[in-house]
Amino acid sequence: MAKPALKRISEYCWQVEPFGKMTVPGIIFADSNLINDIDEKTISQVCNVAALPGIVKASFAMPDAHMGYGFCIGGVAAFDPEAGGVISGGGVGFDIACGVRTFHTGLTVNEIEGLRERLAESLFRDIPAGVGSTGNIILTSGKLDDMLAGGAVWAVEKGFGTKEDLDFIEEHGCMKGAMPEKVSPQAKKRQQEQMGTLGSGNHYLEVQKVVEIYDQQIAEGYGLKKGDVMVSVHCGSRGLGHQIGTDYLREMASQAGSFGIELPDRELASVPVNSPPGQDYLGAMRAGVNCALANRQILTALIRRAFSEIFHKAQLNMLYDVSHNTAKMEEHEVNGKTKMLLVHRKGATRSFGPGCADLPPRYKSFGQPVLIGGTMGTSSYILAGSAQSESLAFSSACHGAGRSMSRTAATKKWQGSQIVKELAGRRIIIKSRSMRGLAEEAPDAYKNVSAVVEATANAGLAKKVAKLVPLICVKG
Amino acid sequence: MWEHFSHQADIGIKATAEGISKAFEDAALALTAIVTDPKKVDATECVEIECSAEDDELLFVNWLSSVIYEMDVRKMLFSRFEVEIENLTVRAKIWGEKINQIKHSPAVEPKAVTYNQLSVKEENGKWTVQCVIDV
Repeated sequence: MAKPALKRISEYCWQVEPFGKMTVPGIIFADSNLINDIDEKTISQVCNVAALPGIVKASFAMPDAHMGYGFCIGGVAAFDPEAGGVISGGGVGFDIACGVRTFHTGLTVNEIEGLRERLAESLFRDIPAGVGSTGNIILTSGKLDDMLAGGAVWAVEKGFGTKEDLDFIEEHGCMKGAMPEKVSPQAKKRQQEQMGTLGSGNHYLEVQKVVEIYDQQIAEGYGLKKGDVMVSVHCGSRGLGHQIGTDYLREMASQAGSFGIELPDRELASVPVNSPPGQDYLGAMRAGVNCALANRQILTALIRRAFSEIFHKAQLNMLYDVSHNTAKMEEHEVNGKTKMLLVHRKGATRSFGPGCADLPPRYKSFGQPVLIGGTMGTSSYILAGSAQSESLAFSSACHGAGRSMSRTAATKKWQGSQIVKELAGRRIIIKSRSMRGLAEEAPDAYKNVSAVVEATANAGLAKKVAKLVPLICVKG
Repeated sequence: MWEHFSHQADIGIKATAEGISKAFEDAALALTAIVTDPKKVDATECVEIECSAEDDELLFVNWLSSVIYEMDVRKMLFSRFEVEIENLTVRAKIWGEKINQIKHSPAVEPKAVTYNQLSVKEENGKWTVQCVIDV
């Protein structure tokens, strides 16, 4: 298929006019370089979403858009349940609520100098990471259901972290409406030994330093200063989320036809939100969100312990926790009216602007922290949700760099040991159990995260606040 | 015979063989090869799998999903597969061993089987099966 015609509607915004079965336009936020990198398959995925029933306003793609399953990665779409709007397993993906959590440490880069290698060793030893790793918590069926209903709130009750942490997590740490009974026994079995594990692939734990402040006022509001040491963790809902995705994609793909939904691509598997299978998936997916929140909360406790053994004055206070792969009921303004919509963000971050009721009081006048993960050799960014983001794309922003090269191509081009050496030369310590895994995650296999962030900020989706670079990276 | 093919974010697996059962077996080897070299995996422990579906493509997805499930729940890798297919039902015995991070240095875990570039085709008795695995 040829690349559908893109009309440039502003410097950082491109539009595909509705054609065929599309009922709304496709809108892609990018600069002129990034738009050239977005291939036709990704654009056709944006167009396919624009043809799903009940879609409101447009099918959006963020500047880090690349080919996904059904939806593109970086895809955002809202559906009106009252107008036959759908919920799509492909709009959430397999790693439900995969996300980023960032902490302050109360330490400056000078204070950890000399102890970096020890800290790296300690984190590598204490945080279960990589294929086949297990956590120290084994949850039997009943306890697992409590975790799926309670999320990070459950984890705090079990002694992992503090109540204050919950204020700095989307949904205050617990996604309401989770239905553990809609999660299959197989999905639960996959999770039994996986609580408090990082996973593998692009998941990581990073110790970072703040190297640049772009917006002094918001940075102060977020408590960020140049030279501060921060910690970020990127991981998701582990085996449970993957199995929920597998189970419901199959289910929704086979049921779509009975609701008269024609799927241009089986992975767009969708059913009406207001239908029994739609509500079942919503309940199971919300349980998956809670699993991811609980998992990051348990990791928080492990990271704090590792820090406190080495740095007595370390204070790992939460900056924020964002999820990337979700479908959430949210109020948005459409044609001057407030409507309750189901917003899918597939590899995209929520980006609530100042004043939003969901924000912790401390951030209310600044907007929501939007945490953008880079690669082990490049920068990460902290942005803030902007006031315009609501009218642009239902308060959404990019989520990371986005891959530009396949894993197979990356392993042909680079060797893990060479990457470790090169990054060591730049004083970045890498810890991983797999050299091939590192080659697959080579920094150059990703898009330029700075360009993605620049386009996001220039498009008005979020404001640039601070830039972080890695000091230590534990790869899953 | 199996191979990996490129996908921007994940990894494609493809197998070609005489007969659908052998193609399913080889595709499962390609799945293991996402994690580690299958030659490093000793076939010491056996697990049985049974699954069915309404067509060949969905059967292929369910088969690989079942292998991923066993890998994840048992913390195992598999290197020998015996598949029998009858009436859109797979009955299989798969052999492998527990993951050992030092021995296998596993690169990345397969999360799920996607429908992306999914196909199960037969031409002159030769079966080609493929799909993309989310890692």
